Amino acid sequence: MSDTQAIGQAGEAGFGDYVALLKPRVMSLVVFTALVGLLVAPSPVHPFVAMASILFIALGAGASGALNMWWDADIDSVMKRTARRPVPSGKVQPGEALGFGLALSGISVVMLALSSNLFAAGLLAFTIFFYAVVYSMWLKRATPQNIVIGGAAGAFPPMIGWAVATGGVSIESLLMFAIIFMWTPPHFWALALFMKEDYHTAGVPMLTVTHGRRATRVHILVYTLLLVPVAIGAAFTSIGGPIYLVTALALNGWFVWGAYRIWRRDEVQAEADKYAVEKSVFRFSLSYLFLHFGAFLAEAALRPYGIGGW
Amino acid sequence: MTFKPEHEIYKRRFGRNVGLGLVLVGFVGVVFGLTVVKVTRVGQVQGFDHVVRPELLPQPGATKP
Repeated sequence: MSDTQAIGQAGEAGFGDYVALLKPRVMSLVVFTALVGLLVAPSPVHPFVAMASILFIALGAGASGALNMWWDADIDSVMKRTARRPVPSGKVQPGEALGFGLALSGISVVMLALSSNLFAAGLLAFTIFFYAVVYSMWLKRATPQNIVIGGAAGAFPPMIGWAVATGGVSIESLLMFAIIFMWTPPHFWALALFMKEDYHTAGVPMLTVTHGRRATRVHILVYTLLLVPVAIGAAFTSIGGPIYLVTALALNGWFVWGAYRIWRRDEVQAEADKYAVEKSVFRFSLSYLFLHFGAFLAEAALRPYGIGGW
Repeated sequence: MTFKPEHEIYKRRFGRNVGLGLVLVGFVGVVFGLTVVKVTRVGQVQGFDHVVRPELLPQPGATKP
């Protein structure tokens, strides 16, 4: 057996394992929201610059995902949902994931600065720092409010997209941030209600573990109610319009109804139908975000024809 | 004459190497594209210091010396 064979193991990382380190599913949401932020902004961006900027924002998001997987390998290995990730499965060494994450962070920030502007690049750097350090290292294991504050990391991409086009911040970009920020807690707590074994085993202080399931149901309803004015309020800014308003009214009505149904139930009822309501609200919450941002995009796309906007 | 048999590591890491190669080619393409867009959008510049020198542009109605 040669020396290289001794190093190489049966579970050696392939190209796909490095892609998996970038959390491609999270990345797809980042790409979509950042693209909407960029396209609805009042200043036009050259298509190639826009494409490159979105690519580097996605790369930055992927870099923070790799850093998260490096730091959270111990948690991931005991959770059923994450045990097959590249680091806990042994395909990628922790040091490799760290190096990969740091290198991609640097490349993405520098390239975004070159393709767009320093403000957008600074915001991307802060987002990576927020997700990898503030959320993963400080909050995730320390407080049951981890999801609330950590949600900010996922909320920055539309602000970065907006900053690529305008070079700054405005009420519109802050509202897009606020929609994702307020949406994250009910979305994840609905998931935590029916994935209880995982978080409990890993010892992550999820609200379901620290404050109980009744408190989580109350929190879901409260945060959903707080989300409503933010989501509907965005309709009355320059990126909103009648299409967005109708969409937001329908989606928020539905979401509040779902949160109310979660609040009304107890564990016995939930166990009886295997968390059907919680699962359906979780699935709906994905469409909720997608359709809100889709409506912003529709307003911007129809504006040249005199249909979109107020 | 016989060629030295290929080491198994090339086979084992073939997919990874091809993937990395494609990523690098893509990156070069993006940087090149960005360069073209940035340079062509700046407008008339003097190549040496990238500063606009309007006095070098041909004036309307001016005749060649």
